Amino acid sequence: MTLDEIKPDQECEIVDITSEGIMGQRLLDMGFIPGTRIKVIRNAPLVDPVEFELKGYNISLRHSEAKQVEVTLL
Amino acid sequence: MSDKSGSILVALAGQPNSGKSTIFNMLTGARQHVANYPGVTVEKKTGSFCLKDDRVELVDLPGTHSLTSYTLEERIARDFLLNDKPVAVVDVLDASNLERNLYLTFQLAEMDIPLVIDLNMIDVAEKRGIKINTQKLSQELRAPVVSTVGNKGKGKKRLKEAILSTSKKGQATPFRINYGDDLEAILDSLEKRLSEETEISTRYPIRWLAVKLMENDEEAQRLVMKYSQKSEIILRLAEEKREAFTMEHKKSPQKVIAITRHQEAQRIVEASVIRKKEITRTLTDRIDQVACSRYLGPVILVATIYLIYELAIVQGYKLTEYTWPALAWSRDLIASLLPSEGFIFDPFFRSMPIWVVDGTIAVLNYVPIFLILFALIAILEDTGYMARMAFILDRIFRYFGLHGQSVLPMVIGGLYVGGCAIPGVLACRGMKDEKARLATIMIVPLMNCLAKIPFYVLLIGMFFAAYKGIAMFFITTITIIIALSVAKILNLTVLRKKLSAPFVMEMPPYHLPTTGGVLRRCLERTWLFVKKIITIVILVSVIVYVLIYFPGISKERKTHYISQLDHAQQTFFKKIGKDNLYAGLMAGDNLMEFTRYWRDYKKAKMVAKSKKAKEAIDQEFREKNFEFFKIVKRGKYEVKGEMIKDKHAKKVYNAYKKLSKNTNKLRREIKEETIITSYMGRAGLFIEPLTRWAGFNWRVNIALMSSFAAKESSVATLGSIYQSPPGEKHRLEERMKEKEKGWTSLHVLAIMLFMAMYPPCIPTLLMVKVETGSIKWMLFATFYPIVLGTIIAVLVFTGGNLLGLSGMQAMIAFYILALILLVLMGLIKREPEFT
Repeated sequence: MTLDEIKPDQECEIVDITSEGIMGQRLLDMGFIPGTRIKVIRNAPLVDPVEFELKGYNISLRHSEAKQVEVTLL
Repeated sequence: MSDKSGSILVALAGQPNSGKSTIFNMLTGARQHVANYPGVTVEKKTGSFCLKDDRVELVDLPGTHSLTSYTLEERIARDFLLNDKPVAVVDVLDASNLERNLYLTFQLAEMDIPLVIDLNMIDVAEKRGIKINTQKLSQELRAPVVSTVGNKGKGKKRLKEAILSTSKKGQATPFRINYGDDLEAILDSLEKRLSEETEISTRYPIRWLAVKLMENDEEAQRLVMKYSQKSEIILRLAEEKREAFTMEHKKSPQKVIAITRHQEAQRIVEASVIRKKEITRTLTDRIDQVACSRYLGPVILVATIYLIYELAIVQGYKLTEYTWPALAWSRDLIASLLPSEGFIFDPFFRSMPIWVVDGTIAVLNYVPIFLILFALIAILEDTGYMARMAFILDRIFRYFGLHGQSVLPMVIGGLYVGGCAIPGVLACRGMKDEKARLATIMIVPLMNCLAKIPFYVLLIGMFFAAYKGIAMFFITTITIIIALSVAKILNLTVLRKKLSAPFVMEMPPYHLPTTGGVLRRCLERTWLFVKKIITIVILVSVIVYVLIYFPGISKERKTHYISQLDHAQQTFFKKIGKDNLYAGLMAGDNLMEFTRYWRDYKKAKMVAKSKKAKEAIDQEFREKNFEFFKIVKRGKYEVKGEMIKDKHAKKVYNAYKKLSKNTNKLRREIKEETIITSYMGRAGLFIEPLTRWAGFNWRVNIALMSSFAAKESSVATLGSIYQSPPGEKHRLEERMKEKEKGWTSLHVLAIMLFMAMYPPCIPTLLMVKVETGSIKWMLFATFYPIVLGTIIAVLVFTGGNLLGLSGMQAMIAFYILALILLVLMGLIKREPEFT
């Protein structure tokens, strides 16, 4: 499954990043690498974007961007 | 490399939110200089500090997570390191986020530079139970490590000493990441190949270049093409290796490199950090649970926006009441230094400078508002709430090709009533998404800036007096509706090819901003603004002056006015009679002198409010010229404690009052005639056949065109065009109604809408030039609103006329139309996201 499908308060582990180029590099730079645990904190009031916690810091992505992160639910 | 002056060049690098700017301030204190990196709009701060006999020149690089060539900031930081070759780099790390911050450190080390590691915000880390073994970390990274608390100035001396000793040693940090056997073998062969090329290998660190080629970095490829004779062979080799590696490992080298860096960071953190307690819910989490919640989040956001508006615009405007007298005083001071005025014609070197000074102080008047706004922006940035605003609003704005970060510039520009486009455009700085940033810059001037308000109030008072509230609501909200649609249209057309950026936004922990930091930034930005604006405003107001006052009235007309003046003066002398005691006093040049005395006295009296102030003015003018004083007091004055009634003086007073009225009337007629026959006036008449479709006659054309220098002048110009007959003090609205009998509320609606879409003022355009870095965008920002405003005005006026609508009906119809357009625009599909 992909990261955009994970509900708030659920935790998962990153399997792969499916996009290349600027988006892929940005995600890699921010620590979205395979094996990393990631927790969904909350959706924005209008559902998009969504806030995550990984490696002790918080980051927000749009759902369309989170779709490019493959994960498995923990 | 030391520069000529003997100072040592050091760069300051770090990720966003690492407290890099607090370190910069701590090290350099007040010795700072802000400019832009050449050719781009990113701020470049330089500062310096001395330690013993050495002077260090410190350059603050943009905060970046990485050093790829994908974003402007990263390219700038990288290019600086490669081309300016600083002697050392201070890498600022957020001590409580060590793992992620090390990711940048590794990339810096790869660039063959001596590094100083600064563990910043060590107090926050300790509070969170993170204990860092700095000795171990220093061993791992093979670089000196200093811990600091930037906003409290802790660790300043040790950091300075470390910088100095590292730059003196001049030895590049030898730490290198091992990317694994397969990749290392490839890197080895690439390095070997690159080292055979003397030019490129002396210019750039070859290990770094090899890694970048494996990452498929476009800039690195460009460097190879530029500086290597056998670039084709090298680039082909790199590509083959990349492809082969990807085939074999099912992962691109780019990905493997990033993963290895993160793993290495993790390993180092595990080796050198002791976590005493697991992080429980921090204060930030608890705040965000409310501040970003579904229902309360938007409420808090609206409240914050309202507070910004209230503090900066409303309270800031009140502050201008205190600063205005100072500006007015300086205007009078300058006026007193200029050649004196005449009876009816003022010398060019008086009227032109005064016009320029008036234009300049009209803009300077807003400085208190800027100060507050810039301080508030700094607070929003420093606390971290800015990111939350973008988080909450991104969804709405994205429909129109904007970004969550677009909201602040729009609020500052005047989302509701009253704002200022200048700081609004400036607030777009730091938006990562170039496409959304440009769109925001382009629509901010469509908001309702403070200078547009008096114009609205005037026109609404004229024709919508019964529906003041509704009309004001209409004009202030229609601008947002139109602006959002415009943003989407720009997004689909002229901005189509501009780079958009992923949203990926860090939500930094909340921070209490420091007073010093906020003050510094707000003063810095205000000063930058004042410096830039003044020169341009002066230049442009000279041009507008020439357009509005030249070629001037003809010789015949001039003689006509002079003979009228002569006539009025003769009547004056006839009236007072030859045997009047003051007849001699008024004769010849003395009359002009008395005129000045009279004007000064009247002006001084008008300004004075209290009885005491009025008495003081009397005393001053009495001392200045007692004989004149007798006349301006209508012959009633005190001599040695006795009240005297001087009939002769009273007679002169009465006669002069009549003369003064006549000369004022002549002055007004001359001004009106000058404007009408001026270049601007002729242009206004010339385009009247066209603007008639929008309901504008030449008088309106002149007023609208002259507003270009500064919208503040629109009401003033209308005031000069629609003079009130002497002796009658009608309000401007009434005078306009009197002269424009044929006007309906439809005319006024069209004018108002045109004003709402009015092109940005000169200072804003200048800001657009600075923030977009291009004259083309500045010209676009000037002309598209004219076209848009004209289309809307014609649509409303001609369309309304054809349908036989009243102003009110047309207003409602247009509002509905604009709303429909807005919804349609929102529904148009966005271009595909980054896939």
